[in-house]
Amino acid sequence: MKRGLILWLPLALILILFAVFWVGLHRQENHDIASQMVGKALPEFTTPAALPGLPGASTALFRDGRPRLLNIFASWCVPCVAEVPVLMRLKGMGVEVVGIAVHDTTPALDQFLTRNGNPYARIGSDDQSRIQLALGSSGVPETFVIDGQGRIVKQHIGVVGEGDIPELLALLGKQP
Amino acid sequence: MIAEAGLAALWFAAALALAQLVLGAMATSDARAELRASIAPVAIVQALFVVTAFFCLIAVFARSDMSVLLVAENSHSAKPMIYKISGTWGNHEGSMLLWVTILGVAGASIALFERKLRADTKVATLAAQGAIALGFYAFLLFASNPFARIAGVIEGQGLNPLLQDPGLAFHPPTLYAGYVGMSAAFSFAVGALVTRNVGPEFARAMRPWILGAWVFLTIGITAGSYWSYYTLGWGGWWFWDPVENASLMPWLAATALIHSVTVLATRDGLRAWTIMLAVLAFSMSMVGTFLVRSGILTSVHSFAVDPRRGLFILELLAIYIGGALTLFALRVGTVSEGTRFDPFSREAALVANNLLLTVILIVVMAGTLYPLALEGFTGAKISVGAPYFNSVAGPLALVLMLIMAAGPLLRWRSDQPALLLRRVAPALLVGVIALAVLIAFAGPIGLLPLFGLAVAALVAVASLAPLWKRNLARTPLFTYGMVIAHLGCAVSIAGMACEGAFTKENLVAVKAGETQPIGPFSVTFAGLREFPGPNYAALEGVLLVAKGSDKPFIMAPQLHQFSDPPMLTNQAAIKTFWNGQLYLTIGEKEIDGRWLIRMWWKPFVTLIWLGGAMIALGGALALLGRVRRELFASRKAGAPA
Repeated sequence: MKRGLILWLPLALILILFAVFWVGLHRQENHDIASQMVGKALPEFTTPAALPGLPGASTALFRDGRPRLLNIFASWCVPCVAEVPVLMRLKGMGVEVVGIAVHDTTPALDQFLTRNGNPYARIGSDDQSRIQLALGSSGVPETFVIDGQGRIVKQHIGVVGEGDIPELLALLGKQP
Repeated sequence: MIAEAGLAALWFAAALALAQLVLGAMATSDARAELRASIAPVAIVQALFVVTAFFCLIAVFARSDMSVLLVAENSHSAKPMIYKISGTWGNHEGSMLLWVTILGVAGASIALFERKLRADTKVATLAAQGAIALGFYAFLLFASNPFARIAGVIEGQGLNPLLQDPGLAFHPPTLYAGYVGMSAAFSFAVGALVTRNVGPEFARAMRPWILGAWVFLTIGITAGSYWSYYTLGWGGWWFWDPVENASLMPWLAATALIHSVTVLATRDGLRAWTIMLAVLAFSMSMVGTFLVRSGILTSVHSFAVDPRRGLFILELLAIYIGGALTLFALRVGTVSEGTRFDPFSREAALVANNLLLTVILIVVMAGTLYPLALEGFTGAKISVGAPYFNSVAGPLALVLMLIMAAGPLLRWRSDQPALLLRRVAPALLVGVIALAVLIAFAGPIGLLPLFGLAVAALVAVASLAPLWKRNLARTPLFTYGMVIAHLGCAVSIAGMACEGAFTKENLVAVKAGETQPIGPFSVTFAGLREFPGPNYAALEGVLLVAKGSDKPFIMAPQLHQFSDPPMLTNQAAIKTFWNGQLYLTIGEKEIDGRWLIRMWWKPFVTLIWLGGAMIALGGALALLGRVRRELFASRKAGAPA
């Protein structure tokens, strides 16, 4: 009978192992990196225009009393395609979206906007991710809500979805 | 269209895997023996479909078809063609497709080439192979579709620059051939348990498949070690990274298996244990795949994936491994124990070898999974590093080497200690002399490297001893294979010990024109120059290296700035000499006009990989020797080949 019990030992061990894996899988923590800049004033920057027809952006712009969205994106970023329709809807509701294009080129950006539509009032070019880093952003897309005094009110990491619209509008001080 | 064709081929392959499982399960019983003839064609056609799917995926990558989500996420039209193609398996979905492709090909190979196995056992083996394939097809089709489309993307997101390396073109496919090739051992074991056919005949049938997979696994691990050595720029050749360990664990189990299967084939011993190891080897491969693919461990290799995928693979593993072990517990009790043997015999040495390999496997597994378990239950984050693995697994490995030195010199069934002593005396003498010389002249090099070098010298002599006084022309090929593989172990251990004992390191901040020493060399920093790469901008440090009065030569470690995605990588400059490698890297930033240069002189470090290559070559020769002998035997017997 003893030999019989030993034969079940491997199964018991592997089940314990799998229990550990199962626990490990359910402890997936949030890997989003929150910016330390939320609640603080925008860092100083001035960017050249990324496209000939649209102006670039600078910190001074955000202090004119009008709350805006600051959207960090890139034409090479696949998820960024998905949020364009939502940004377009926000634009339709009177929200000004300022884009910061990270590591991008004019032709690629031009093509991106032609294909997907252009929700941006301005697009600044951030060739070396300096502005992105200064904002405490670690990926694309990310969207920041900036109040009329140039303060960062909120950082939204990842794609902006339909469900995010009411919260963004409220933070921007607009009625849905 | 290509993507849709690939997806369709994948569905067909999945359907055929289901057919293979059902037909195989039915045909295992003698009552439906007439169904047996249909299994092999099903397995072969299944392989053709999955290979087609894989080539479709390569095609969409080669054409940079950005309407395929996977291509858009992982490729870039500006990438050189070879990296477009290797990008096919440089991501989660593609590498899983490669995994099932090899699984399908392994099944088809068994169907085509396996002729020694009893008909019902072969059918059950193919059914098991079909069952494994089915689960992983389901995983691909429902949770990791590589052919999903996306609209509106113009340019891809590039490939992790770390993975843009010729090493990547070959490393994963070879490693996977080893990992997944072990599925043959698993399926054979399941087939043998189901049909109660565990014996020498079965062991001889299974052995070539294990040897083949083991050779690929050995090449994959050796190549992977060299790849991380020269791309990561840290000067190390093994980091005890969870993903590296995930490849080492099946190798340890498989190494134990090729030795225990020899006992089963030659002496009809270790029946239950061999079956256990066959299940274990592939289980470790699947656990390795799970660890890498689920994102449960964070390491340089892991790809971010969603946790549902991990759960899916975990469920598959629970079904396959749990099922096989349940079958083992139920059935192996009915398998008789096999022939007994003397505690002092070659069988006993092989049992000791198996026990030590298993203990090392447990040590590696514990070190790899302990942080995970701790985090899971208490939330504490720790990491288990090289000091644990080296100090626990190192001495065990040296004891294993000593057993390896003696094992081939022992007789089967029973032997006498005095006779063994006479046979190993020359090796023992060389080992002791090496130890004495090192203690006298090498200075303080650490216990592990000291004994490592002495044991390497001993094993090198002992591993050649089986050829002593033999007619070399009549010595079978598989004996040469064993000798070369064992010698390879000695060579590799010597390389590891030399690297640990004699490496010289010099970290300096230099201005242009300054000279610094490293080992027997003096290195002058001449300055920096820029040059554009195909899809990156490179900055190159120009270093003039001189040894004594020899003519100086230039070495140029580089920094590569990739644009999509933005990432900086370090490309070491490595120069190989007969007695070691000079390894130079340049730091990422200039500080006050000074650049950080890291220099290593690593005497005989290349022996590590040379030894690995010899081990693989030995395995290949053993495989060739076994297959040739079988062919001869069947021809002599007049049986149709």
